[in-house]
Amino acid sequence: MAEIVLDKVTKRYPDGALAVQEVNLEIADGEFIILVGPSGCGKSTTLNMIAGLEDITDGELRIGGQRVNEKAPKDRDIAMVFQSYALYPHMTVKENMAFPLRLAKVDNATVEKKVNDAAEILDLTQHLDRKPSNLSGGQRQRVAMGRAIVRNPKAFLMDEPLSNLDAKLRVQMRTSVSRLQKQLGTTTVYVTHDQTEAMTLGDRVVVMRGGVVQQIGAPQFLYDQPANLFVAGFIGSPSMNFVPATLENGSLRSILGDVTLTDRVRQLVEGADAPREVIMGIRPEHFEDAALVDAAALSSGGKFTQHVDVLESMGSDKYAYFNLTGEQAASAELQELAADAGSDDVPGDGISLVTRLSSASGAVEGASSEIWFDADKVQLFDPSNGRNLTYTER
Amino acid sequence: MAGIGGAETPAKKWGWGVLNTVVVIYALIPVLWIVSLSFKSSKTLADGNFIPREWSLENYQNIFSTSEFTRALINSIGIAIIATAIAVVFGTMAAYAIARLDFPGKNLLVGVSLLIAMFPQVSLVSPLFEIERSLGLFDTWPGLILPYITFALPLAIYTLSAFFREIPWELEKAAKMDGATPGQAFRRVIAPLAAPGVFTTAILVFIFCWNDFLFAISLTSTEQSRTVPVALSFFTGSSQFEDPAGSIAAAAVVITIPIIIFVLFFQRRIVAGLTSGAVKG
Ligand SMILES: Nc1ncnc2c1ncn2[C@@H]1O[C@H](COP(=O)(O)OP(=O)(O)OP(=O)(O)O)[C@@H](O)[C@H]1O
Ligand SMILES: [Mg+2]
Repeated sequence: MAEIVLDKVTKRYPDGALAVQEVNLEIADGEFIILVGPSGCGKSTTLNMIAGLEDITDGELRIGGQRVNEKAPKDRDIAMVFQSYALYPHMTVKENMAFPLRLAKVDNATVEKKVNDAAEILDLTQHLDRKPSNLSGGQRQRVAMGRAIVRNPKAFLMDEPLSNLDAKLRVQMRTSVSRLQKQLGTTTVYVTHDQTEAMTLGDRVVVMRGGVVQQIGAPQFLYDQPANLFVAGFIGSPSMNFVPATLENGSLRSILGDVTLTDRVRQLVEGADAPREVIMGIRPEHFEDAALVDAAALSSGGKFTQHVDVLESMGSDKYAYFNLTGEQAASAELQELAADAGSDDVPGDGISLVTRLSSASGAVEGASSEIWFDADKVQLFDPSNGRNLTYTER
Repeated sequence: MAGIGGAETPAKKWGWGVLNTVVVIYALIPVLWIVSLSFKSSKTLADGNFIPREWSLENYQNIFSTSEFTRALINSIGIAIIATAIAVVFGTMAAYAIARLDFPGKNLLVGVSLLIAMFPQVSLVSPLFEIERSLGLFDTWPGLILPYITFALPLAIYTLSAFFREIPWELEKAAKMDGATPGQAFRRVIAPLAAPGVFTTAILVFIFCWNDFLFAISLTSTEQSRTVPVALSFFTGSSQFEDPAGSIAAAAVVITIPIIIFVLFFQRRIVAGLTSGAVKG
């Protein structure tokens, strides 16, 4: 029984840096929660506060219903996996995994059994007597996991545990982490800035920005209903396209042509008290080659004809990239996302657009192509504060 | 002689070999000379032969026959070991704090210890002499141990804090998460990893204390606390006309032995410690 509750938890470092602001989060027993966000947004700080490695400046942290703000890490019964693995270099794999048990004064026979069981699960049995320095990256990662699981803690905390592995191993370990967590059913808080890990691993995802929680929800929900521009741009790869647009009598005017809002969207927009100038967001998969869309859909959606800049055929799909002349959608959130992705210094005026078309599309690189988009999938954002004007709880 | 860079030609190897041999011989001849002297009998002492004509243990018997040398040996061993132990223990704690914690006055502390290490020892001799006389520390073990610690501690802090900085912070956090108290984390994780540093420091400090002559001659007056380097300088022959060189040589050989043992013993630990120190790859 270990649900973890963060109640207006705030962290201010001694140098005055406000790293985490009033985070409210209720993690259910056995839940797998992902903290995600760009570098420096306070993920590690939040995790370290749960662990007890950083003091909580303000607010309350409860584990299993008990306030633990003042408890030392060792009294919280939580295990942590570090990005650098932090294996004890002077101990063998076996001693590393047995260390928490030895500290807990568990008797020898039990230690032996638990370590062997954990080694079995993690496929480390043949490496038990080796030193960490002689292991591969993936093996070290598993030893770090093993050290966490041997003592059946109330919760696991993992700070970017896979980021030191190469891409292929990371995919493998991702599935095994997921399987392990299901098998053990232990509450887990997992920090990552890899949004694939965020989408695939967690029951729920917490998106943070500058120490403030932006949105909490199931991965699919965040994808479909981002609460604001930041979440919309952060979740999804390739990310959502943003285009400045004007709302006028129930229709939307932009560089992608005029389109009449669907009833659903119009109701939401009216309810949200939208301004005239908005930012329109469309995910790549909501575009299609106009030639492949049936007449009914064609007339209700938006259409534009543009020059295909780059075409990438993935076999199952085709990605068509466009570079449209016009003003980029401007907002603080989008700038921050661009900075985090490292694309803020890529020269390029105009709007770049990524579309995912069916493999049957006849689009050709360098030639013009007529592209349709689904008007009902359009999301509209308020440029002044990033709020999603088309957000619904469902 | 061989130049720098380029391929390893046989000629180059030869050049280096010759150079190394010359350096080693240059360093070892005086040592061998002393060893040779120590085994000569008093009659052949001054014959100038490199290899003694007749081997004798006369000199060794001489130095161990009086309390002058044995007592000095005990003083030296006792004082050096106590000073080393204290300097290393306090040095470890101070270095750990300096490497790990941010506390007010940290830079000042480091600066002051650097200052002490650089202070010319000669200029301290007379004040120390006066102080120790009025405190009753003159010519006692603590009277030497204290100044040794004073000068050895900065050395210990410097060497050790370099070693502590090498140990990843996260290991300590990991130990805490695994349920260790700060004391347990230090003893079971940090200390074993810092061991090579501690041994290195111990060797350096021990050699410093063992070899000191300046303090030992100024702050002692009797056999009660005189250390070997000083006792050597007081050696006289059994008569006015006898040359004490043989006894001095024998004593010099004897006092080199603890150092060699100390280094050989700890060297293995240092090497073992260093090779297991790898954390990330
Ligand atoms: N010890 C510290 N003292 C002062 N400020 C700190 C300290 N540690 C972190 N910060 C600040 O707190 C903010 C959050 O840092 P944190 O390490 O939690 O980020 P993060 O989300 O884990 O980033 P990353 O993905 O790069 O690991 C940053 O702005 C950072 O500069
Ligand atoms: Mg971090």
